[in-house]
Amino acid sequence: MKTSHRIMAVAALLLILAAPAFAQGAKAANPSRIIMATTTSTEQSGLLGYMLPVFEKKTGYKVDVVAVGTGASLKIGEKGDCDIVLVHARALEDAFMAAGWGSERRDVMYNDFIVLGPKDDPAGLAKTRNAKEAFAAIAGKKAVFVSRGDNSGTHVKEKDVWKVAGVTPSGSWYKEAGQGMSQVIQMAAQLGGYTLADRATWLAVNKSAPGLDIVFQGDPALLNPYGIIAVNPAKWPHVNVSGAKALMDFFTGAEGRALIESYKIGGAQCFFLL
Amino acid sequence: MAQAFELLFRGDAETWGIIGRSLAFSFFATIFSIIPGVPLGVLIAWKPGRGKRFAASFIHAISAVPTVVVGLFVYSFISRSGPLGFLGFLYAPAGVVLGQFFLATPLVISVTCAGLEALDPRFRETLETFGASPLRKLTATLREAKSAILASVVLAFGRVIGEVGVSTMLGGNIRNATRTMTTAIALDAARGEFERALSLGLVLLVIAVVINVAVSGLGHHER
Repeated sequence: MKTSHRIMAVAALLLILAAPAFAQGAKAANPSRIIMATTTSTEQSGLLGYMLPVFEKKTGYKVDVVAVGTGASLKIGEKGDCDIVLVHARALEDAFMAAGWGSERRDVMYNDFIVLGPKDDPAGLAKTRNAKEAFAAIAGKKAVFVSRGDNSGTHVKEKDVWKVAGVTPSGSWYKEAGQGMSQVIQMAAQLGGYTLADRATWLAVNKSAPGLDIVFQGDPALLNPYGIIAVNPAKWPHVNVSGAKALMDFFTGAEGRALIESYKIGGAQCFFLL
Repeated sequence: MAQAFELLFRGDAETWGIIGRSLAFSFFATIFSIIPGVPLGVLIAWKPGRGKRFAASFIHAISAVPTVVVGLFVYSFISRSGPLGFLGFLYAPAGVVLGQFFLATPLVISVTCAGLEALDPRFRETLETFGASPLRKLTATLREAKSAILASVVLAFGRVIGEVGVSTMLGGNIRNATRTMTTAIALDAARGEFERALSLGLVLLVIAVVINVAVSGLGHHER
């Protein structure tokens, strides 16, 4: 009798103690909290960890970052589950705006995509002149290629390049990972394969991807611009409009721009201003 | 490996924050799961005949549903575009706890039910003979089966603390907010930062050992 009573008493007490935590979660819109859905590259490169504390300190907002891919980020925005998105796939962004899911879009920065591959470069990408030839060389050799396969901005760009190269990638050499950028870089290193990556993430994780190196870069077709979009309050009235506006102003204002330019990994600048 | 230990013993605030958060989420999910779990377990155990066998195997099947499937269902309800979106649970601690609650509850039901069935049938007959009130019967039975109930709670805790699917999908792996041990391990391994991943892995290992010892200890006690 005693034990069961005691257990029930403890459970009741815990419920009472837990209530405030849930009330907090249940508040329809916490005005000091901003949910940002973004690509894995901004998070995994460390840029957000570098910039957001400055913003939070200055404004008192708290930014919760959900790092997925561009496609997933925009979907989260469509469902009203975030206040703002920071993504990189212009065609998808334009479609998002056209459908009325975003209230405002601004250019933020760009970096570029690079082709990573084994140091000995079995498909001979070093000799190719543009991204189209580089991808055709990989397909021609049926060299292992690890694709994001997650409809992220990088994946969208990769599909574009395959299309331009006139290749429909399939077969055992083409591996759709369905994972974030740094996971895919790790996989390419482990499998001795090629992959398309954004430079910032590569700089952040290259020390843990032995044997992998940049085997192709510099084609203007591989530029990677980022845009920031506030979720439209006309579609989702609960979104944190002022928070999203403040964050957007920060990223595109003087202070944010200076931070973007000054962010370096191993001495190399990762993101450039548009 | 040495670095992994160092991270723990140096008291790295973020690492310990993640550990504390994981324990708290799973703790509350488990506590909440007792509320419907134990009464339902008793109800099923006491149900006569065929209905009972059906209900028991149904609950058993449910407790084997992959965590990502549970996460997906809960997601569709607590997304802003879902019926419970107004609660603001998605990408918040409440979302993770809710998802883990649905993982824990079937386990609590089925282990409680199994524990009650293992009781000597004469025990219940005795209660009936003495004409005990339903409430009296319930409390007496719970007391008799308390090791099984405790075991179910410990097992449920073990399941939710080690799961990734619900935590990732409903919590969003947000730093300092919903990042738990398992989602942090997945992220760190992806980033190639194996030290913290290892240190969190060690903590999970210790928890797993403690849980197993606890469950087998409870089993002995019963016998």
